[in-house]
Amino acid sequence: MTNALIQIADVAKSYRRGQETLSIFDRLNLTIPHGDFVAIMGPSGSGKTTLLNMLGGLDRPSGGAITFDGKQIENLSESKLSSWRAANVGFIFQFYNLMPTLTAAKNVELPLLLTRLGSGERNRRVQTALEIVGLSERKDHKPKELSGGQQQRVAIARALVADPKLLLADEPTGDLDRTTATEILEMLQLLNKDLGKTIVMVTHDPAAAKYAKRELHLDKGEFEERVS
Amino acid sequence: MKDLALAFSGLARKKLRTALLIFAVFIAFLIYAVLGAFSASLDAATGSSASSNRLVVSNRINFTEVLPIAYVNRVANVPNVTDVSYSMWFGGYYQEERNFLIAFAVEPASYARMFSDLNIPADQVQRFSTQRDCMLAGRTDADRWGWNLGDRIPVSSNIWRQTDGANTWPVEVCAIAEGGEELPGAGVYINYEYFDEARAFANDTVGNIHIQTAGAEYNDQVIQDVDALFQNSPAETETVTEAAFNAAFIDQQGNLGLIILGVTGAAFVTILLIVGNAMSGAIRERTGEIAVMKTIGFPSARIARIVVGETLLIACIGGLIGLIVAWLIIELGGAVLAAFSPFFATLTLSPQLLATAVALMALLGLITGAIPAWNAMRVNVVTAFRRI
Ligand SMILES: Nc1ncnc2c1ncn2[C@@H]1O[C@H](COP(=O)(O)OP(=O)(O)OP(=O)(O)O)[C@@H](O)[C@H]1O
Ligand SMILES: [Mg+2]
Repeated sequence: MTNALIQIADVAKSYRRGQETLSIFDRLNLTIPHGDFVAIMGPSGSGKTTLLNMLGGLDRPSGGAITFDGKQIENLSESKLSSWRAANVGFIFQFYNLMPTLTAAKNVELPLLLTRLGSGERNRRVQTALEIVGLSERKDHKPKELSGGQQQRVAIARALVADPKLLLADEPTGDLDRTTATEILEMLQLLNKDLGKTIVMVTHDPAAAKYAKRELHLDKGEFEERVS
Repeated sequence: MKDLALAFSGLARKKLRTALLIFAVFIAFLIYAVLGAFSASLDAATGSSASSNRLVVSNRINFTEVLPIAYVNRVANVPNVTDVSYSMWFGGYYQEERNFLIAFAVEPASYARMFSDLNIPADQVQRFSTQRDCMLAGRTDADRWGWNLGDRIPVSSNIWRQTDGANTWPVEVCAIAEGGEELPGAGVYINYEYFDEARAFANDTVGNIHIQTAGAEYNDQVIQDVDALFQNSPAETETVTEAAFNAAFIDQQGNLGLIILGVTGAAFVTILLIVGNAMSGAIRERTGEIAVMKTIGFPSARIARIVVGETLLIACIGGLIGLIVAWLIIELGGAVLAAFSPFFATLTLSPQLLATAVALMALLGLITGAIPAWNAMRVNVVTAFRRI
């Protein structure tokens, strides 16, 4: 088990709504090795986003354990989780979620503001990240001046810049047309193959899921695996 | 530094809103600084420069009416009056009418004796007392107009005319009052006789009679005695302490300080509510962005710091512009205001006033930022993303 990056053991998650308790998972188990690229599919409301939030330390399971690189994370304090996220996880959202007032470069720089790096080194890394996503020409543009695909590439550069081991993407192509989506998916594949990033991607689109190394279907609190 | 840049970009989001908030803060600090300067000059005028055993006699009708010079000797004979002098408002200017002077025609020997706190070298007191066209200038005025001892200059009046229609009395600057820490050092004084002999009307009248009493404890009795002396005469008198006179000179109500406090207080409370409310709204609009920052790994405390940084920037930018504009108003408008009252010639923004203003900026920034920062800290990432 030494090459497992993420280990989900008997994870439960339930929400209380008044008297009722809504259980989303009861005993969820999953192992994601280093360098994996997993696509998670499943019907709406099956708990895909909830799972991703727990993997990223944004939400806590009601039971069970989540181990990241041999370290249990579900019991860390809020501030420890914060710095753990900054160092280990990059997030990619469906609606890009860039800061509207900051340029592409400044958006990409945000995670580096949490490090001790000087401004010269920060700029160098921002430049590299933008080159990886092919947007170094647009570094001084504001999000409004970029297309959806370009904004998503900036968001990928932002997720990448602090060199985290894990990238979490919740429907990263959900808002893009087919051609642009293909570009983004090819880019994620590249990050996985060439940079060795472990990627967990939630998607509704079977064509998108094909870019992953394996597909998991989440339904009624259980995983069903299909290897592509 | 990194957070300051983020605070700036937060302000840049809605430039019009930011500009309006800065403008509101600017107005508050402008009011604060200008009124504060007025208040300080009022305090200086009524405060320690006024000796507690000096009284001022004026015409009862108001202080622009005159008194017969014959009153001076009668006042001198009132028990416990140890010295008397007299003065007449000259309405003076130097060369051009906008070069306003706080000028009086005074009886030199007794005036220099009674107002020893003007701090005039002894030999110059001698010259002032004996040379008819000698003018005593305050250090501030001497420096302002570049006068040196021995300079011959014209002082003109916008009230008085000479029999030939001229309104200029040529004088020699032969005494300079250094003033003291508490004294403004502004003002010029010419010889009453020299002035009175030449003027075309109201001869042998004085504006005020100055009394020195044997001690502050005799003031009330002397005031009663003097005013009783001239009761039912054509020119009834009103005698008050010098401090009260100086205060009344600027402020007939005597509660300018209270008004200033009320106005600035109201302005600040209003600004506090406006900025605090606007910032809370701004943070609510930005819930999604704050959630993203938290997702990236920004700790809540740091996000709160950035939010407070924004309100501090608003308070400091608005406040500093307010102080700068107040300074310009006081520097450029001081001469105009001085025409209404001589004490306004000494308006300045004191270091204490500036220090208090800076402290108020910090306080305003912290208070208006507190609630928005608290709200930003409490943004829950998971629920925030469900909403957007
Ligand atoms: N704060 C909450 N309180 C109560 N129930 C919640 C809460 N958050 C999520 N849920 C419920 O948890 C379930 C899983 O939600 P989740 O967003 O993880 O689903 P999903 O698989 O991502 O769906 P979609 O494909 O529509 O994005 C849903 O039934 C949802 O209503
Ligand atoms: Mg979802």
